[in-house]
Amino acid sequence: MLVIDQLSVSYGAIKAVREVSLRVEKGEIVALLGPNGAGKTSLISAIIGLVPASGGRVVLDGVDITRRRTEDIVRLGATVTPEGRHIFADLSVGQNLRLGAATRRDRDGIAADTERMLAMFPILRERFASRAQTLSGGEQQQLAIARSMMSRPKLLMLDEPSLGLAPKLVEQIFGLITELRTQGLTLLVVEQNAYDALAMADRAYIMNSGRLQFSGRSEELLASDDLMELYLGTGTGVHAGAAS
Amino acid sequence: MDYVIQQVLNAASIGGEYALLALGLAIVFSVMGLVNFAHGELITISGFTMYAIFIFAAPTSAWGLLPVGIIAAIAAAVVFERVAFRPVRNAPATTGLLTAFGLSIVVKNFFVSVVGATRPRAVPTPDWLSSHIEIGAVHIQTLQLLEAAVTAVALMALLALLRGTNIGLAMRAAAKDFNTVRLMGIRANQVVLAAFVISGLLAGLAAVFIMARRGAVDPFMGFTPVLKAFVAAVLGGFGSLGGAVVGGLALGAAEVLFQIILPESIAGYRDAFVFLFVGGVLILRPQGLFGRKHQFGDKEG
Ligand SMILES: Nc1ncnc2c1ncn2[C@@H]1O[C@H](COP(=O)(O)OP(=O)(O)OP(=O)(O)O)[C@@H](O)[C@H]1O
Ligand SMILES: [Mg+2]
Repeated sequence: MLVIDQLSVSYGAIKAVREVSLRVEKGEIVALLGPNGAGKTSLISAIIGLVPASGGRVVLDGVDITRRRTEDIVRLGATVTPEGRHIFADLSVGQNLRLGAATRRDRDGIAADTERMLAMFPILRERFASRAQTLSGGEQQQLAIARSMMSRPKLLMLDEPSLGLAPKLVEQIFGLITELRTQGLTLLVVEQNAYDALAMADRAYIMNSGRLQFSGRSEELLASDDLMELYLGTGTGVHAGAAS
Repeated sequence: MDYVIQQVLNAASIGGEYALLALGLAIVFSVMGLVNFAHGELITISGFTMYAIFIFAAPTSAWGLLPVGIIAAIAAAVVFERVAFRPVRNAPATTGLLTAFGLSIVVKNFFVSVVGATRPRAVPTPDWLSSHIEIGAVHIQTLQLLEAAVTAVALMALLALLRGTNIGLAMRAAAKDFNTVRLMGIRANQVVLAAFVISGLLAGLAAVFIMARRGAVDPFMGFTPVLKAFVAAVLGGFGSLGGAVVGGLALGAAEVLFQIILPESIAGYRDAFVFLFVGGVLILRPQGLFGRKHQFGDKEG
């Protein structure tokens, strides 16, 4: 589904991503882990075209999307739920969802998907007409994910969906991610919550200082304290405190 | 009583014209972060297009000039965006500002040297525009009534667009977070184009009224109205759409008010008093009446 080949991203002199190669197969959940500043967000942004790649290639379903515009890549079926949510604060919950479906013309399909999202996230139904700004952080994260789903993506990339959420909500969001996969979605999930992310992911990549340091099956990582220690710090998750 | 009604209408028509222009500035600024100093040139281009049609096509009625003026302003706004502003869209804000300055100078000089319009050229307007109607004892100028009405309709249509259409919602969202709008698959070019089309349409409406009032065109005809519109936009809170409207109407009201209360001997300093008043408001509310302290405060979690 997604093949990344020797991708690099630079901001002036800063090399944020250095020749990273990875792939995500259809129907997989892949975790992308690593400490702050590792280059995870930069990698995702380059995939979706929000920052230019300084080298390498991104191929989505056989189509080279390396230099495509973000809006065209989204129309090809990939999207990102950005780090820090970025909901449209001045618009209502309903209007946020509506813009999520802005590329679609099938009114009935949009209505059905809206209904599906509201069933999945009951709080959004309750707050449908409220300004999105008035939602709590966790509610905003739910809205951000629901909004991404409204474009009917084939590949959804979530950048730190659990950031700043209470443990219970994290569990809920991760449960949702697993459920989305059963509905046929392919997911690339950036996370600081290494343990929880690995528990749900099939495979994982670990980045550090812009480089890929590890790639392998989640169980392999989870089973080895040495690997967890080596790549993810203390062996208790990169930032165990982040979610509490 | 009829005196009061007349002055209120006076304020509404002048204020409405400032509001149309300030709104055009605000919409482009909020979507693109561009302070469009070439906005006044849309009025000039619109005026000269009406003039050209009048000279070369010699229409039997001046009616047909009005849509031509509006379309010319929209077309000019679209061309400005495509030719001048798109190449510098992702450059620092000062680059956009200088581009707008340059564009403004180029257009003005085109009319001065190429068209050779060194003095105002007369353009006729439909007679009925300058006629008056009587409602009871009140004597009302048709132009003013029309101006107030058209402004109101344009504002309501814009409000409906911003609230009820995808492109309108996208424009509002893009004001704070353009990249996330693109993540929705919405084309950045379309959002920017929509902002310029709207600013051109509003400038075109204002241009028609300005023409109707002056009955003549010259290369600098857009300068003063847009200067006032800038003041109105700042008064309302630069970048805020509601603020642009309120700022425009407030400025119009202030002008009429000072016109009335200033004694004859210093009436010529009306604008100085108006600006003094605006300055006073800005000392109390530096962000303008409706401005927010954080125009771009969307980066936090
Ligand atoms: N717009 C930018 N301009 C300059 N440098 C940047 C920019 N964005 C990121 N960087 C730098 O690139 C490096 C990678 O940042 P990135 O945001 O990709 O890391 P990350 O893995 O997502 O970190 P986190 O877990 O904190 O979100 C960092 O050193 C960061 O300072
Ligand atoms: Mg990040």
